[in-house]
Amino acid sequence: MQCQQCDKQAMFHITELEAGEVRELHLCEDHARVYLNQAEADSQQEDSDTEGGPLGVGQTAKELSEIDQLVCDMCGITFFEFRNQGRLGCPNDYVQFENELEPLIANIHGEVEHRGRRPNRQKQKTVGGEVLPESTEELTRVIGMRKDIRNAVEGEDYERAGKLRDEIQKILHKWHAEQSGN
Amino acid sequence: MKFEVLNTSVGEWLKGTGPESDIVMSSRVRLARNLAHYPFVSRASETERSEIEDFLHSHLTKTSVGSRLEYTNLGGLEDLDRQFLVERQLISREHADATGARGVAIDPAEQISLMINEEDHLRIQCIHSGLDLEAVWEQIRGVDEEIEAVVPYAFHQRWGYLTACPTNVGTGIRVSVMLHLPALVITRQIDKVFRSLHKISLAVRGLYGEGSQAFGDFYQISNQITLGRTEGELIAQVADVVPVLIDYERRAREFLLQETEQNVHDQVSRAFGILRTAQTISAEETMQLLSRVRMGVLLGLVDDLHVSDVNKLLVRTQPAHLQKMKGVDLDTKDRNIERARFLRSYFESGSPDDN
Repeated sequence: MQCQQCDKQAMFHITELEAGEVRELHLCEDHARVYLNQAEADSQQEDSDTEGGPLGVGQTAKELSEIDQLVCDMCGITFFEFRNQGRLGCPNDYVQFENELEPLIANIHGEVEHRGRRPNRQKQKTVGGEVLPESTEELTRVIGMRKDIRNAVEGEDYERAGKLRDEIQKILHKWHAEQSGN
Repeated sequence: MKFEVLNTSVGEWLKGTGPESDIVMSSRVRLARNLAHYPFVSRASETERSEIEDFLHSHLTKTSVGSRLEYTNLGGLEDLDRQFLVERQLISREHADATGARGVAIDPAEQISLMINEEDHLRIQCIHSGLDLEAVWEQIRGVDEEIEAVVPYAFHQRWGYLTACPTNVGTGIRVSVMLHLPALVITRQIDKVFRSLHKISLAVRGLYGEGSQAFGDFYQISNQITLGRTEGELIAQVADVVPVLIDYERRAREFLLQETEQNVHDQVSRAFGILRTAQTISAEETMQLLSRVRMGVLLGLVDDLHVSDVNKLLVRTQPAHLQKMKGVDLDTKDRNIERARFLRSYFESGSPDDN
């Protein structure tokens, strides 16, 4: 049987009883983990009611549905779409949804701070000899700027589109990320 | 990619060499990486996916490791060839079955494979025969660093390497060891062992990773957590438990020999008998019987057969390998007949097309 959220094989067959209604879920390992972590957070919410805190813990259904409507400025994914698909849309989601993702990540890993390898930026200086920052947030902004270009072209604002293109080129060049690979 | 060349060897994971290779089939590490300037694969448009593939392909060839790899565009391959790569564990089943721009770069020794546009933009895999996690880690770290020098991986100060699924974030590392545990299965201790592994947050999977079944008593043990610990700690978590499992399996094998030798000998001989004489046989049954025979060989209950023969048969009797060897597409029924024919001739003449 196929997972209801993706093409993988469903390994988890979950039966939910909600207010006398039976709902069946067939999920692959990954989606089951995301779903079960979510369900756990939800049930904690029921227990603790209205203590302050991040997703699911101490938030009302209304607040949760507000979280679901959060949209990533870069890729446009909503938090609801992420919860449904179990896959994030782009690197910026980790920044923009940081507070909302934290309890979920804590549930999965038991930790909320990376302790492994880090990029060696000493080796990756810009053309001007500047050391690049560790986080790649600046480079990820390009995803949103490409969207802005499409909008500008649609609105026939070619001057703005051209400006954005130059800006993108500058950022890509700084990060050695030009498509040609030079 | 010269798949015919690949077809004459058995691939790294079934070579049957390396430390503890009577029980440990292979050691594998994979790293999940993404480009900072593109949406993750599931959210990327068709054009963006092509750009990601072009970007990674062209940048990889600039690294010394990348220049030694052979690049294959998976979209341009026949289903059969993709299935063939899955059977050799060079790409994942999801990668084979997906649509859109995607590719894989494989080294001639089949130890390294770089999957492009799998669930993440880049998945680096390194696999060695036997128990060899330290060497695998050294090799894959080198590959990762070389690529990182020319490719801007998405990284966040707090979250580490950013991945499409939060289950992989941080190190992006999955450390797995593939074990052959027939005696623990026969003595019904396997479930108990796995329950205790789950308690220390290790995952147990079948032969082909996530969602696959454990055919032929082959199991993959791997870490589940990727954040908040160093790569070394995560590798140690898997590496520390393997000697314990090896010890359990060895003791179970000894127990079987001492307490029920006649029974075990009978089971092994019957399995061997079916493999040598069957007229039609499924891939699953073949795997199950080869597993028994493999244990029999290691216990000295089967003459004139080496573990390497069994390993070879394990991969060559799989559907895509069988069809590549025969040179034609076969349906399940014809495959079962062809598989039985191949097994009979293999055992009759020793190893007909040995390499």
